[in-house]
Amino acid sequence: MMRAHEIIIAGFGGQGVLSMGQLLAYGAMVEGKDVSWMPSYGPEMRGGTANCIVIISETRISSPIVSCFDSAIILNQPSLEKFEGRVKPGGLLVYEESAVIQPPTREDIEILAVPALQEAMKLNKRQVTNVVMLGAFIERRPLVSAEGLLKALKSVLPERHHHLLPLNRQAFQIGRELAQRKEATA
Amino acid sequence: MKGNEALAEAALRAGLQAYFGYPITPQSEILEYLTEHAPQRGVVVLQAESELAAINMIYGASGAGARVMTSSSGPGISLMQEGISYMASAQLPCLIVNVSRGGPGLGTIQPSQGDYFQAVKGGGHGDYHTIVLAPSSVQEMADFVFEGFRLAELYRTPALILADGALGQMMEKVELPKEGSLPRTDKPWATVGKPAWRERNIITSLHIEPEKMEQVNLELQAKYRAMQKEVRYEEIKTKDAEILLVAFGLAARIAQKAVELAREREIKVGLLRPITLYPFPSYGISELSRKVTALLVVEMNAGQMVEDVQLAVSGRRPVHFKGRMGGMIPSPEEVLEAIESIAESYRIPAFERSM
Repeated sequence: MMRAHEIIIAGFGGQGVLSMGQLLAYGAMVEGKDVSWMPSYGPEMRGGTANCIVIISETRISSPIVSCFDSAIILNQPSLEKFEGRVKPGGLLVYEESAVIQPPTREDIEILAVPALQEAMKLNKRQVTNVVMLGAFIERRPLVSAEGLLKALKSVLPERHHHLLPLNRQAFQIGRELAQRKEATA
Repeated sequence: MKGNEALAEAALRAGLQAYFGYPITPQSEILEYLTEHAPQRGVVVLQAESELAAINMIYGASGAGARVMTSSSGPGISLMQEGISYMASAQLPCLIVNVSRGGPGLGTIQPSQGDYFQAVKGGGHGDYHTIVLAPSSVQEMADFVFEGFRLAELYRTPALILADGALGQMMEKVELPKEGSLPRTDKPWATVGKPAWRERNIITSLHIEPEKMEQVNLELQAKYRAMQKEVRYEEIKTKDAEILLVAFGLAARIAQKAVELAREREIKVGLLRPITLYPFPSYGISELSRKVTALLVVEMNAGQMVEDVQLAVSGRRPVHFKGRMGGMIPSPEEVLEAIESIAESYRIPAFERSM
């Protein structure tokens, strides 16, 4: 049985860090898991740092705040510096390739660099960078089914943005494929 | 749902009739949610010009028999204390929500439990208490609104929900209580216009003759004694515990994680989580303290609840403390370290311990 899976998602405000976490939590909740989503809620705004802790568990979650993580999804350099050391040995670190100048160096964890921004730009929508990241993450850690996540997206996304659902679906798929390809070359 | 939103929706389902408040982080979502969702459900929502005005509007609406709520965070709750004391004296029910933040002073917007003393010892002037409920999950943020209104009306007293910024901001799975499941109570004391067949109702906290004022105090004290039966707490893995953790609210969740980590290391630890902070589960703590070697209180403050735990333990066992202040949250690992150092320092052979 899966124990709790503890995830940190961190980057700049405006990159969709908090909504990525909500998507994960909501998707897992719909699939019957216990979930918690704890945002950093300092005076952050677009351009400031933002992060959230998402915990997905088969059993009741005790602390929604933890300091070591099974997985980290990183969208900027400061966050990488802050959280690389806090991924548990054997854990997973996924980072956005172009946002990180000095890549992670740990050898006891699984590291996946994802050119998510580049792919999102190809879709002419840099806002879906986070969804590409999420696709890559889910490929490596299938905590939630792709269908569950896309269903969650529909509930989380305000109705006026529902025309963007197909684009998000595409971005998610690209993320998964990127992770698959990396696996093949690794 | 966010804790603040769950609480606000629960208030509507609990038959809230009026809300008066003033925005302050980290609880502004309560006011925002109610502003958006309450008017079409026939509920009065008003952003007052200050917390002082808000609590006095609460006083007035409660006097007229309405089910009323206000919410704020530390600095705003301090401003409300005069009104809360008046309401305690005038025996008026209401629900006050403190989504607390790091203090003292204007402090920080990060979560804290530094308002413990203010919440459980009365907070304002005079001999009074408010009922204090301490949620530790988004589910309880919703549930305790019902419980808070129920107890406030049953005892004709202000009740307070003492949450913190993290509980307000975090999202968790929540099953919202059913609409209309909290019936309206009779309020024959309410000032709603005097019919010919009865004397007029007077709601006041002013009694100039000390004999009369002492009488009011005696009534209040009798009420606080009666309230003791409303004590609620939760025990986790206490059966075979040698070290007992005591923590409330978010700190209890962190302490619970520390208990899990300590149990993996075969240290027998349990947790007692006070759910009502007033009345305080003194008896439960006292009874459990007989069975353990030492206690550890975990809080997000300088150790305010330690005093109440020590009173309950009455010197029978040592009471340790682990906490962070000013909006910092102790990590489960920090708490584990404290547990390990206690386990280390009391390593007494088993036969001696049973004496």
